[in-house]
Amino acid sequence: MSTRLATGGRLLNKAKPVNFTFNGKNLRGYEGDTLASALLANDQMLVGRSFKYHRPRGIVAAGPEEPNALVNLGAEGRFEPNARATTTPLFDGLQAASQNHWPSLEFDVGAINKHLSRFLPAGFYYKMFMYPRAAWKHVYEPFIRQSAGLGKAPKATDVDTYEHFYAFCDVLIIGGGVAGLHAALTAGKSGARVIVMEQSDHWGGRAPVDGGTVDGQPVDKFVDGMVTELETLENVTLRRNCMGAGVYDHGYVLGYERLRDDSPHVQGPRHRLWRVRAAHIITATGAIERPLSFAGNDIPGVMLAAAVRDYLVNHGVSVGDRTVVVTNNDNAYLTAIALKHAGLDVPAIVDARVLPQDSQLMEQAKALGIRVMMGHGIASVKGGKRVTGVEICAQAGEGAVLEEISCDAVAMSGGWSPVVHLWSHCGGKLRWDTTQACFSPDVDNPPLGADGMGFVTPAGAASGVFALDDVLNDAFAAADGVMTSLGFDVPRDLKSPEAERRQDAPMMPVWLMPQGASVKLREKAWLDYQNDVKVSDVRLAAQEGFVSVEHAKRYTTLGMATDQGKLSNINGLATLAGALDADIPSVGTTTFRPPYHPISMASIAGEARGTVFQPIRRTPMHDWHDTHGAEWEPVGHWRRPYAYKQGGESTYDAVMREVTNTREKMGLLDASTLGKLIVKGPDAGRFLDMMYTNMMSTLKVGKCRYGLMCSENGFLIDDGVVARFDEDTWLCHTTTGGAERIHGHMEEWLQTEWWDWQVYVANVTEQYAQVAVVGPNARKALEKLGGMDVSKEALGFMDWADGELGGFKVRVYRISFSGELSYEIAVDASHGQAFWDALMVAGHDLGVMPYGTECLHILRAEKGFIMIGDESDGTIIPQDLGLHWAISKKKEDYLGKRAQERSHMTDPNRWQLVGLETTDGSVLPDGAYAVAEGENENGQRNMQGRVTSTYHSPTLGKGIAMGLVLNGPDRMGETLIFPGTDGKEYQAKIVNPVFYDPKGEKQNV
Amino acid sequence: MKKYSVFAVAREAMRHHTGWNRAWRDAQPKKRYDVIIVGAGGHGLATAYYLGKNFGITNVAIIEKGWLGGGNTGRNTTIIRSNYLQDPSAAIYEKARSLYETMSQDLNYNVMFSPRGVIMLAQTEHEVRGYKRTAHANALQGVTTEFIGPERVKQLVPIINLDGPRYPVLGGLWQARGGTARHDAVAWGYARACSDMGMDVIQKCEVTGVRSEGGKVTGVSTNRGDIDCDKLGIVVAGHSGHLADMAGFRLPIESVALQALVSEPIKPCMDVVVMANTVHGYMSQSDKGEMVIGGGTDGYNNYTQRGSFHHIEETVRALVETFPMVSRLKMLRQWGGIVDVTGDRSPILSKTPVENVFINCGWGTGGFKAIPGSGWGFAELMAKGQSPLTDAFGLNRFQEGRFIDESVAAGVAH
Repeated sequence: MSTRLATGGRLLNKAKPVNFTFNGKNLRGYEGDTLASALLANDQMLVGRSFKYHRPRGIVAAGPEEPNALVNLGAEGRFEPNARATTTPLFDGLQAASQNHWPSLEFDVGAINKHLSRFLPAGFYYKMFMYPRAAWKHVYEPFIRQSAGLGKAPKATDVDTYEHFYAFCDVLIIGGGVAGLHAALTAGKSGARVIVMEQSDHWGGRAPVDGGTVDGQPVDKFVDGMVTELETLENVTLRRNCMGAGVYDHGYVLGYERLRDDSPHVQGPRHRLWRVRAAHIITATGAIERPLSFAGNDIPGVMLAAAVRDYLVNHGVSVGDRTVVVTNNDNAYLTAIALKHAGLDVPAIVDARVLPQDSQLMEQAKALGIRVMMGHGIASVKGGKRVTGVEICAQAGEGAVLEEISCDAVAMSGGWSPVVHLWSHCGGKLRWDTTQACFSPDVDNPPLGADGMGFVTPAGAASGVFALDDVLNDAFAAADGVMTSLGFDVPRDLKSPEAERRQDAPMMPVWLMPQGASVKLREKAWLDYQNDVKVSDVRLAAQEGFVSVEHAKRYTTLGMATDQGKLSNINGLATLAGALDADIPSVGTTTFRPPYHPISMASIAGEARGTVFQPIRRTPMHDWHDTHGAEWEPVGHWRRPYAYKQGGESTYDAVMREVTNTREKMGLLDASTLGKLIVKGPDAGRFLDMMYTNMMSTLKVGKCRYGLMCSENGFLIDDGVVARFDEDTWLCHTTTGGAERIHGHMEEWLQTEWWDWQVYVANVTEQYAQVAVVGPNARKALEKLGGMDVSKEALGFMDWADGELGGFKVRVYRISFSGELSYEIAVDASHGQAFWDALMVAGHDLGVMPYGTECLHILRAEKGFIMIGDESDGTIIPQDLGLHWAISKKKEDYLGKRAQERSHMTDPNRWQLVGLETTDGSVLPDGAYAVAEGENENGQRNMQGRVTSTYHSPTLGKGIAMGLVLNGPDRMGETLIFPGTDGKEYQAKIVNPVFYDPKGEKQNV
Repeated sequence: MKKYSVFAVAREAMRHHTGWNRAWRDAQPKKRYDVIIVGAGGHGLATAYYLGKNFGITNVAIIEKGWLGGGNTGRNTTIIRSNYLQDPSAAIYEKARSLYETMSQDLNYNVMFSPRGVIMLAQTEHEVRGYKRTAHANALQGVTTEFIGPERVKQLVPIINLDGPRYPVLGGLWQARGGTARHDAVAWGYARACSDMGMDVIQKCEVTGVRSEGGKVTGVSTNRGDIDCDKLGIVVAGHSGHLADMAGFRLPIESVALQALVSEPIKPCMDVVVMANTVHGYMSQSDKGEMVIGGGTDGYNNYTQRGSFHHIEETVRALVETFPMVSRLKMLRQWGGIVDVTGDRSPILSKTPVENVFINCGWGTGGFKAIPGSGWGFAELMAKGQSPLTDAFGLNRFQEGRFIDESVAAGVAH
């Protein structure tokens, strides 16, 4: 059984016991424990069930590479599925529950799959479940979905907060082990701005566990010394619990800092996403031990040798009383020796190698009385939910059992793989290291920056050197090289410290144990524990032609689990290479993608959620609208009142009232959201002539003109009234949603095509509040305010003037989007509300009411005015809308002119703008299409038109619509049929689109 | 070809699966083929399959620079729908969707087509009107869709937040027979069927040149030697510009990175596909339990299959806003692919200035869903010189100004 030892545990604070629960059981650990170490201390080896066969799963590793120990963590607004026990810090009150089983962890019905495993090899689902056809959706898929998945879906809303940090540095060092710290010290003392990110909550990485001496002192003291020194350097930032998550182009790095995962109830953000631009990145990310592939290597109690050592040294936990160590390298001997020193039994070290002579560590192990079995392997592990013993065989053979050794834990080591993920994210290449049987960074092919130079350098174990002195030398060389390339002077007295050198025997690659394992053993030898991929599965993939490493991965799901193959990938590649009789480097690796280890979605979203998800833009009169019954409509980033409801009236009734009131008396519209772009400069006139289809350069100062803007492809993209302020200044109104887009459009042309034209464009939309004063009483209200002459003679239709009204400095445009007498009046934004108030007072006896966007739509539709986004949709040219009058014939060019001359654009048989009136006065459905006779070649009903805008007009007392109809203007009076999605057919007559005041007498008074 | 079935699996289980053959032959290039398809992605393989199945043309090679299905076929978010606005789009996507329905049976390969339904959320009044219009058009195009209100949306997607303070859900366009499929399986199933018809699927065979005489194609040069052909189909999303350049013509496309990501797997919580175009994100849950998430394209042209993190942020933010539970999930993996984008966001399936060279490209961000329809139509175009499914998608439409703009129906996300 696994238990807490009386002594040991360098990371524990034994003065602070911590209570937590697992599957409802009350358990106890210490501050400094991870959930995994605390579970092991409580003899909870069984922690979950595998994905496919629901096999019992125990803790395998001690870090983020853990594939098995995933739990449902916390509750309610702090619930998190798939939390890794090995990276979850223990805290008082922690609640964890195991995943992927029913009804319980111990008795899981899904475990029946393991007896069917023979029928469920890699890719079995591609070969069956095809009949009957409907069964996939209704039977098979729901069943598969239910048994797959891991943790529960969160339900409650997240109660935590998150934030982003932005930082810049010369060198970002990822990994706070001895290599990272030493590189940081070298860079820091050279004067560079340094950030060090360490994923765990302690410095030093593996070195303090593995021991050794540096400059004559124990390595943990050496680590403490480096940290102390680094803390004194102001140019160095140290972050623990902060993982380098991803490396992107141009030295962009994501850091994932977990601030409150160990203290959820403390105020403050839970996670912080660091977004760093670094001139250079040093990846000191260490290495990960590989499992060995032998039958039964997935039974709880089989763990990585280094993890067994970690739990022992860091947390004072023994994972078993009797631990068999199985290895192909010297490093695992450290585990056996450490266990023995702790007073635990190590019945044997099973070493696959045959060596001419004993190494230093072998001698030490033997001296402690440990039996070392060279040239041997494990044929099979005994046990179900827990290891009970191992069967020993010759590694060279096929698995004939030589003897059985009883034990309750197995510590395995298949060698070490450098963590090359961050090196590889942005294109760093790898080379195969034959001696150590691992991929390590090919330093001649680093990820390249914009200058063509490498911007990532690996250091320490991450670059493929594992002995302590090599690691320190490599880290120093890496930092020294980076400093020099960045132009920093490394102090001359800086050098790499002397570490004690241990003479290890070479490792021997072992990809299958025993090397000639039979198919029956291979079917029990796991590669990917979480996804249940076995040696036999990879071989099957190869047999079926899935020989590309990407195919094998996708066919077997190897490496696609939540650990992304940290333990399984190399073993899987080697198995594939073996099956293909190819060498490992020619098989290659799959692509390393960010993040290195899963990061919370919440941290990516950051602060921007809820009301601050996207900024809401408010006009100066926003609050007034809000208190006067406004129903809000999102328009671009703005909110605009859709209608103002009075008393208990419905939204529809409010809209009808607003239309009638505006037509008969007077209405106010908050038009502040309309885009306002100032275009200024000696070339502004000719620039606007290119932007608009109309001639703007000839517009007289003091005058306004309605303009159309098209894309290069000739399609209408925006419209609005342009006013000329002076010789070289114009103001261009855009649609509400178009302000930023059109500003960008203008800038793009100015910056990329006409960069030598002297024109500036400024977006002044928010500098002005603008109110449309509309209706027969509009002039009277303004006269009541007084201050300037607003008569027809002084300010005619399509004039503008600066002046004063009611004491406000105003700019008045005599323009109309309603067909009524109308003034659009701009005031400084800060005076917007006061001016609005003044208008409401002045209009009080004249029947003033505010109106919203829907009323605006109806008013313009009654007049046959087009609306961008309704009558246009990115496929419409102005000619379709009968707007020929707004296209200058005199100009040599404008954006879209050439496009509009293409054959399809000049085709006389186009859908063109008309008015539509139902025969019974009802309202046509929005977006309905008019059908023509027959079907096209693809069996689709032929169409001949569609509705673009449709409303009930209270003014006319009937439904009115605008639409585009094939040759429409030539077909006045014809009746079309519009099938509705409600099953009804609507009949409508083609009429003139101007329903109200066709002669324009009202707006011109 | 050994037929796949539950009985075959059971039989093989008895002998530890030692009897399975390769899914497709490991073919060596021959000297000459009637048709060469460049690009063994979904579209290329489907084209070859329908050339054989519908037109009896089986002397066909499908040649592939890397591993088959390794481009966008293996990188997309597997959404299948046909609720397009314009007639030509609706026709080809609906043809594809209907072929997906029976693909597993047709190919004897379970591609796991899951007609679970697709909702495109309407979160502004403008979108509401747009989707109502699409629903009207779809009804006449033979595509079954429906505009549904917020209550129905909530019923179909219990994890959705209807009342987000920024963009409340006002309804959605619902296509009940849309869904997802297993993307790799589509490529593998077609490859197996093509191989079975005697076609050669040749991987690790990179085209280095297109050879022609008198304006007519004669074959291709590859890293494995010259191969002759009568007709050449170029189906290489992400690299269409390169291949067109080799053949001697230019294309009106831009290539940009499109990214996607998945969460860690969780138990089933969302049974349909949801697309939220206003906030730029879409999500479905894979059979494995991962939430599969996609967003918009990068704003600059490039060929690296990575993309910028800023788009991931924008997408995740949109999803957290739309589905608050996403906040407590973790991102497992992000990746990118290169998509060819045309001026009207619709594909090109066309003859080219070089006689007997045909091109199929420009699917932008939405090619996966079109695979069988695209293959069906493109095979007809290659075999007969004309196809009602592809007629509108010719290269000449850019000269004539006859765009097929889907901006109303498709927005950013496909």
